[in-house]
Amino acid sequence: MDRRDFLKASAAASLAILAPRVVWAGEGYRNLLVLVELKGGNDGLNTVVPYADPAYYNLRPRIAIKRDDVLQLDQRFGLHPSLAPLMPLWQGRELAIVQGVGYPHPNLSHFRSIEIWDTASPSEEYLTDGWLARAFASSPVPKSFAVDGVVVGASDLGPLAGGGTRAVALVNTEQFLRQAKLAHPAQAQGNRALAHILKVEADVAQAAAGFNGNHAFRTEFPGGPFGNAVKTAAQVVASEAGVAAVHLSFGGFDTHQNQPGAHGNLLRQLAEGFVALRAALQELGRWDSTLVLTYAEFGRRPQENGSNGTDHGTASAHFALGGRVKGGLYGGQGYLDRLENGNPVYAVDFRSVYATVLERWWGVPSSGPLGGRFPTLDLVRV
Amino acid sequence: MRWLTAFILASPLAAQAAGMSADDARHLLNRTGFGSQPNEIVTYTQFSREQAIERLLRNAGTAARARAPDWVNDPIISARTLREATPERRKEYQAEEVRRGFDLRTWWVQEMLDTSSPLTERMTLFWHNHFVSSQEKVRHMQLMYRQNLLLRRYALGNFGALLHVVAKDPAMVIYLDSATNRKGKPNENFAREVMELFTLGEGHYTEADVREAARAFTGWSIDPDTGEYKWRPYNHDGGAKTVLGKTGTFDGDAVLDILLDHQQTAEFIVAKLWREFVSLDPDPAEVRRIGRKFYASNYEIKVALRELLQSPAFWANENRGALVKSPVDLVVGTMRSLDFSVGDTLPLALSIAQLGQNLFAPPNVKGWPGGEAWINSSTLLARMAFAERIFRADEMPKMAMAQMGRGGDADMMRVRGFGRTGEAGRERAMRALYEIQFDPSRWLAQFPGAVSVGDMEGALLAREPVTAIPTDLPTREIVKRIALDASYQLK
Repeated sequence: MDRRDFLKASAAASLAILAPRVVWAGEGYRNLLVLVELKGGNDGLNTVVPYADPAYYNLRPRIAIKRDDVLQLDQRFGLHPSLAPLMPLWQGRELAIVQGVGYPHPNLSHFRSIEIWDTASPSEEYLTDGWLARAFASSPVPKSFAVDGVVVGASDLGPLAGGGTRAVALVNTEQFLRQAKLAHPAQAQGNRALAHILKVEADVAQAAAGFNGNHAFRTEFPGGPFGNAVKTAAQVVASEAGVAAVHLSFGGFDTHQNQPGAHGNLLRQLAEGFVALRAALQELGRWDSTLVLTYAEFGRRPQENGSNGTDHGTASAHFALGGRVKGGLYGGQGYLDRLENGNPVYAVDFRSVYATVLERWWGVPSSGPLGGRFPTLDLVRV
Repeated sequence: MRWLTAFILASPLAAQAAGMSADDARHLLNRTGFGSQPNEIVTYTQFSREQAIERLLRNAGTAARARAPDWVNDPIISARTLREATPERRKEYQAEEVRRGFDLRTWWVQEMLDTSSPLTERMTLFWHNHFVSSQEKVRHMQLMYRQNLLLRRYALGNFGALLHVVAKDPAMVIYLDSATNRKGKPNENFAREVMELFTLGEGHYTEADVREAARAFTGWSIDPDTGEYKWRPYNHDGGAKTVLGKTGTFDGDAVLDILLDHQQTAEFIVAKLWREFVSLDPDPAEVRRIGRKFYASNYEIKVALRELLQSPAFWANENRGALVKSPVDLVVGTMRSLDFSVGDTLPLALSIAQLGQNLFAPPNVKGWPGGEAWINSSTLLARMAFAERIFRADEMPKMAMAQMGRGGDADMMRVRGFGRTGEAGRERAMRALYEIQFDPSRWLAQFPGAVSVGDMEGALLAREPVTAIPTDLPTREIVKRIALDASYQLK
């Protein structure tokens, strides 16, 4: 048998084991999770603006969003004007905003803090596996799914890293399928680096077998990096081969200087991307079984810095969107009164958001993967 | 490697019994440079390990020889010019900087290919990934070029001197916002990253240290018209600060000296060098031992490198093939190891970017994480597509230009910003891609005598292939299968 025949045979053998079977467990994973990482640390205060709070304007004499410019959500809070495309979702009760999401003893390093968010660890504890990887290890995704998770446009797997998770990272589905023909999974004993490469190759082969080509969406996707990522995510979901979680990242939120223009531009792309994602998933009939969540390593400091920007902060506001999301404002309100070292104290532990995903969205236990019990939020209709 | 054993025994070099094995030579050359040609391996087998290490360190250079792009000494487009330009003109300026980025990548890859000291380029790249600045924020490519020269000048020099110089390097001053860090209006960006990423490492300083140090760094700036570093005394906070337990009216240089006073800085750098040269898991006891010597030498980089390369761990069997090749290792290393004919290096620069290492534009201030993170499904497939592509021996088809929008060759051009180079850029990349050719007979001629598949594997792989390579195939096909084997991703 030459190499290629041997490889084809072994690929076929490994696929046979993974043929669909009837399972009761993992049904909840038919609900899709889309995580959107706002890389660099989004400024929650200029995203969800406490426009009635004089403290906000005192802290940000130059970069505050003017009261007249905010898109009012209620008597106290309003959205950044660049988020206007999201207002129909807000009015349709499909957009929830959780304010003051953070954790005790916040770390202000990008890298350490995103590690804390990705691994759902306490601030002082170092874990290696991502929180989704741990959840999938304790409550497996059905083997009939092509893959547990897909990471779009980033090199590290973040919350999907480790734990034997079947995850692939890709930039666009067409290119992925064309190149996947070169992957020929093989078995070998070797060091950690080799084991990693062989696992990636095996995951590619399995995902490629499950994905189909290019779905023709009527939805028009916006240009730019986030629009492209959203388009790829929609293509992945269109494959119907099964995927429990999709991770998108959108960079540029580390706005230390000249924040207003750059931040407005980022939020506009974010809002337009969300609107396109909703339209595409509605075409597929998946919007009601999709929960979109934003997260980031931290928010930014309430007090503006000397460069028309903001330095690293702590707790921040995040979005939840979907056809079964219970729209509205959640979490802490008015946290500008409680600053520690100039930064807000968290009102909602980020692991409560994760527990909500695990228990209420997927119906799987959360205390094991999250290393403790965290109260869930009443964010989604079951 | 049988071919070498046979060759060495039959040659006058056999008299120098102290020579290292061909496996040792390949390991050392691949870890300190980019790939290794069969004849280089032969040359190095005449040296002992110690002699070879001394030779590599002695041959280190401080300047690049590849011809720099012709705009590097042009004045920068000043902030004022930009401000006063029409929106169309401003867009054109920005597009020009993006195009220059590709000139600069092409230039550096040329240097990596041609250099007589690959170790110098490896260390320049190491410092680029340590003292990160990115084109995406710095914009002026002349400043990115000058920073690259600076990193090369100090690549194997003194780390303390490098820290002081790079901290005030204009690209860095822009990248980490020092230019806008002013008395009474501090910007903590540089102060935090210099402690977290450049010297001590996370967990060895407090938030208060960051805030106080940021005050000391006030006053560092650049002249927006020339792009030169500029000290602005009236922006400097001359008051007393307390940093890492020391109190004084420190300026930025004084704070850098405080950071260098801590032996933790030496150990932090040594651990990072360990991950570059030895294995993914630094041995804490060895890091401490080598860190002490590095510190005692007052941060001479060659002292740390010599200790690392001479350490038992560097040569240990379990650490052979334990590192993942970076995109530069893979692309430049493949060209060098297999003696490819290369004209214009633009397509190589694009491939390196496509595989996740866009030179002059690291993803963030922490740089490329490296190690296993180099390999995910999209980058592994792109690596295989690269290997598959370069061993094709076709002539450039007449229709190639019309076909450029499709298929694998177009994937290679999906690099952020490359579209700004327009039709001319795509055509140039496509022509150059077809010029990249492997000549099997030229490569085989570097081996003494008849060459078996095992000999080829021995020259190219750090461990046995995962899938047996058939022996009854043409050389080109054998080498391609070796390059598509999972083990080829390791060094």
